[in-house]
Amino acid sequence: MTNSIIHIFLALVMPPLLLGVIGKTKAAFAGRVGAPFLQPYYDIYRLLQKGTVFSTTTSWVFRAGPIVALATAAVAALLVPFGAHPSPISFDGDMILYAYLFALGRFFTMAAALDTGSSFEGMGSAREATYSCLAEPTLFFALITLSRLSGSYSLTGMLTNVSGGAWLYAGASLLLLIGGMFIVLLAENCRIPFDDPNTHLELTMIHEVMVLDHSGPAFGIIQYAASLKLFVLGAFFIQLALPFATGNPIPDWGIFIISMLLLAVVIGIVESVMARLRLVRVPQLLVAATILAAFSTLLVIR
Amino acid sequence: MYSVMQGACDPALVALCAALVIGSGGIPGLFLQNKPGAGQILSAAATILAALAGVPASLLLLFSRTTTTYVLEWGLPFGPCEFVIDPLSAFFLLPVFLVSAAGSLFAVGYWPAAGHRATEPWLTFFYGILSSSMAILLVARNGIYFIMVWEVMALSAYFLLVTEHEREEVRRAGIVYLIATHVGTAALFVYFSLLAAATGSFLLPAAGSLSALAPHATLIALAAFIGFGAKAGIMPLHLWLPSAHANAPSHVSALMSGVMLKMGLYGIFRTLTFFQDPPLLWGIILTLSGITSALLGILFAVSQRDLKRLLACSSIENIGIITTGLGVALMGASSHTPVLMYLGMAGALIHILNHSFFKPLLFLGSGAIIHAVGTREMNQMGGLGKGMPRVALLVLVGSVAICGIPPLNGFVGEFLLYLSFFLELKSDNLVYLVFLAPLLALVGGLAVIAFTKLYSSVFLGTPRTPAAAHPHEAGWTMLVPMAFFGALCLLIGVVPQLVLRLVTPAVASFFPLMPLDTMPAEYGSLLGRLSLAGVLLLSAAALVALLWRWRLGKAPVTSAATWGCGYQRGTARMQYGGSSFSELAVSVFNGIMRQRVERPTLTGLFPGEARCRDHPSETLLERVVAPLFSLAGLSFAFLRRLQHGQMHVYMVYIFATLFILMLWAH
Repeated sequence: MTNSIIHIFLALVMPPLLLGVIGKTKAAFAGRVGAPFLQPYYDIYRLLQKGTVFSTTTSWVFRAGPIVALATAAVAALLVPFGAHPSPISFDGDMILYAYLFALGRFFTMAAALDTGSSFEGMGSAREATYSCLAEPTLFFALITLSRLSGSYSLTGMLTNVSGGAWLYAGASLLLLIGGMFIVLLAENCRIPFDDPNTHLELTMIHEVMVLDHSGPAFGIIQYAASLKLFVLGAFFIQLALPFATGNPIPDWGIFIISMLLLAVVIGIVESVMARLRLVRVPQLLVAATILAAFSTLLVIR
Repeated sequence: MYSVMQGACDPALVALCAALVIGSGGIPGLFLQNKPGAGQILSAAATILAALAGVPASLLLLFSRTTTTYVLEWGLPFGPCEFVIDPLSAFFLLPVFLVSAAGSLFAVGYWPAAGHRATEPWLTFFYGILSSSMAILLVARNGIYFIMVWEVMALSAYFLLVTEHEREEVRRAGIVYLIATHVGTAALFVYFSLLAAATGSFLLPAAGSLSALAPHATLIALAAFIGFGAKAGIMPLHLWLPSAHANAPSHVSALMSGVMLKMGLYGIFRTLTFFQDPPLLWGIILTLSGITSALLGILFAVSQRDLKRLLACSSIENIGIITTGLGVALMGASSHTPVLMYLGMAGALIHILNHSFFKPLLFLGSGAIIHAVGTREMNQMGGLGKGMPRVALLVLVGSVAICGIPPLNGFVGEFLLYLSFFLELKSDNLVYLVFLAPLLALVGGLAVIAFTKLYSSVFLGTPRTPAAAHPHEAGWTMLVPMAFFGALCLLIGVVPQLVLRLVTPAVASFFPLMPLDTMPAEYGSLLGRLSLAGVLLLSAAALVALLWRWRLGKAPVTSAATWGCGYQRGTARMQYGGSSFSELAVSVFNGIMRQRVERPTLTGLFPGEARCRDHPSETLLERVVAPLFSLAGLSFAFLRRLQHGQMHVYMVYIFATLFILMLWAH
């Protein structure tokens, strides 16, 4: 029970901090001081205070976009285990619900973008649709590998049973999987090299251009939902990459928080040292990620 | 409830009578031609009343797991004509009653007799005949009778399809359909002859009574796969499907896609019950053809620009998903893995039911859209959501459901299928089944592209043509059937345990020798967790919406034009249309689906006016099948001399054939 409360508390409070850490890391690489770690919280708070401008073209679908995006990310946060602690909701096959919840969020985000009738937002949603469709099989290959290694059909079983020991006999497979899943993590959360959240040219954006017409509290909700999505997918990823557990609940929460912050630093480093890919290259990289994950699956079920 | 109805009358008889009432519902209209509309309303009322009796009767038959047999002595030399309703038939009867009733009500608003004096009576008549022939097909157990009803079904569908035969496109679609369905029927002739040779009578064999190892067994299965697969639209037998579904009136498309395709599947299901221990190869073939149909079907759907063609291609996808589930179940049966068999079969049957809810919803929605705008071209619509908000909401429900996204019904069947793929990971038997999971995930991702394209290019944004600028909301006769299906989609999505309980008797009757044990209870409680997650999702959305409302009330809300990035002269034509939306995905899968683009060549600094056209091509039909058929047409030209339209010579042919047959028999 206590663990569930801590789980929900972390899921509610911690996500924007990751964005703050990423920003700080990038600033450090650029030789700047950078915004404070808590800047994303201030931003969201300020957005919630602001007035709203709705485009005259839009209908209720436009308003449903942010709501569904946040609701799906929140339910997904209840399904994924944080560190060595089991998730509050867990049942056989919950990994399929986890994958499809993001599809629901995406459906409404894209519909909301297309509701504005702007061609830029149309471009963004066309890209989002195609890229995330290509990223989908990678996630499933990862789930298969984990399910085979752990002998479990739920996310909690898969992620908490694959401990350090699995690295001894399936190290190659897990290494391939980490490569594939890191690419998917960056692509799904629209980070460099797939998308640049800070670019100033609408023509080249993916996620940011889809939410161009959202303002005020709606935009605050979107920012928060995006950070929650990063947090939820990140929690999946670090349990693969850094499966450390002490067996003692309190240090385990500490390990989880530190690992998540470390992940944010790594994303920040990647964003600092890489440039954004040309859009035509993006599908190629995503297919490469799928192949990596498929290799890892082949290695464990041969 | 059961005992009450049992006391009053036999549910099987009620279901049969309901089928007959639906079939005769269109007859009065043929004689009431001077009172337009009376026949149509009469037929709709009769069909709805029949369905109100037929649905509870089928449910009772399903839950009581009884098998009722009636024998009709008809004096023809093919043995007695048996009608048998077992749980499998009762299960397939449900969509027949539901969709035909909803469609006949929809027709009152969609194809009003006042505006279609010439076509309406016949449309209503054949609609009833098609619905009723499908219901009777499900209970027919004599091979000859089955094939007669099958032909009535195929031909009445043809007459419905060519309702607007003054259009060249419709006639062409009709011919392609007619050829395809008769190729299928030819395979069925082979099928029933082989069956009769194996059993010694035209009565269909009982479950598990044939051995799959007998020499004829593979041939029988192959003939069934071709004959029934052509009707179901399994690839590569799908060629007729997109144009037929696109060109029929929308409530007919709904019936064809929602129910008639399932009759093909029913044939395959029924055939497979005959055999004990089907070989693993059959399961593998079904699974592979299923997943191929699913993947290619949805890829074709992504590239379509015609609203109804997109829906038709997605039917191929859904039939593929169902076939995959059936194949998995069959592999479970051959490898003696009850859990695989149960999950595959339950997934397939649930998806059959789901598809017969969301696909008619979408086809009826397309009817309402076409009624309002007068075109099927998605690139010429846009912004319809403002003029017809109710249709927009219902089509949104259908679109989310068909993508297999929670918390609607499409997810339930796919969830069970995914579980069946994963379950074999623990054992080393059939472990490669799990590779279907990423493929099905890809299908799901592509479905999201196809249906966001459909929804957004039709309902969202600003109108692209003057016709789309002032759509009118559909009337209640059109909205009620759609709302009914929409409510079913939500109900099954939020309470999936119900539908699992519904299909369990049909699964049990499929493999009578396989013990189900605690599996229904176990997976019922698993679906209960899913239902909990669905409720959680809905309440989370409600909570966020309330939070947002509260914040909206605290600060001023203004409205302005969409941000155009500084450009002042934006027009509706500059929006991202359906084709541009899917262009990126099409280019990624370029090797598999081809989009023909005719680009103009621009020269000089100030090029003149130029046009660019793109349209999805049907390579297999245009490049392979059509040339083959014209070749066959040329080489058999001499046979045309026999066809000259003189009635008395035709009668001579019949007499001569009979005479020769009689000589041969002696």
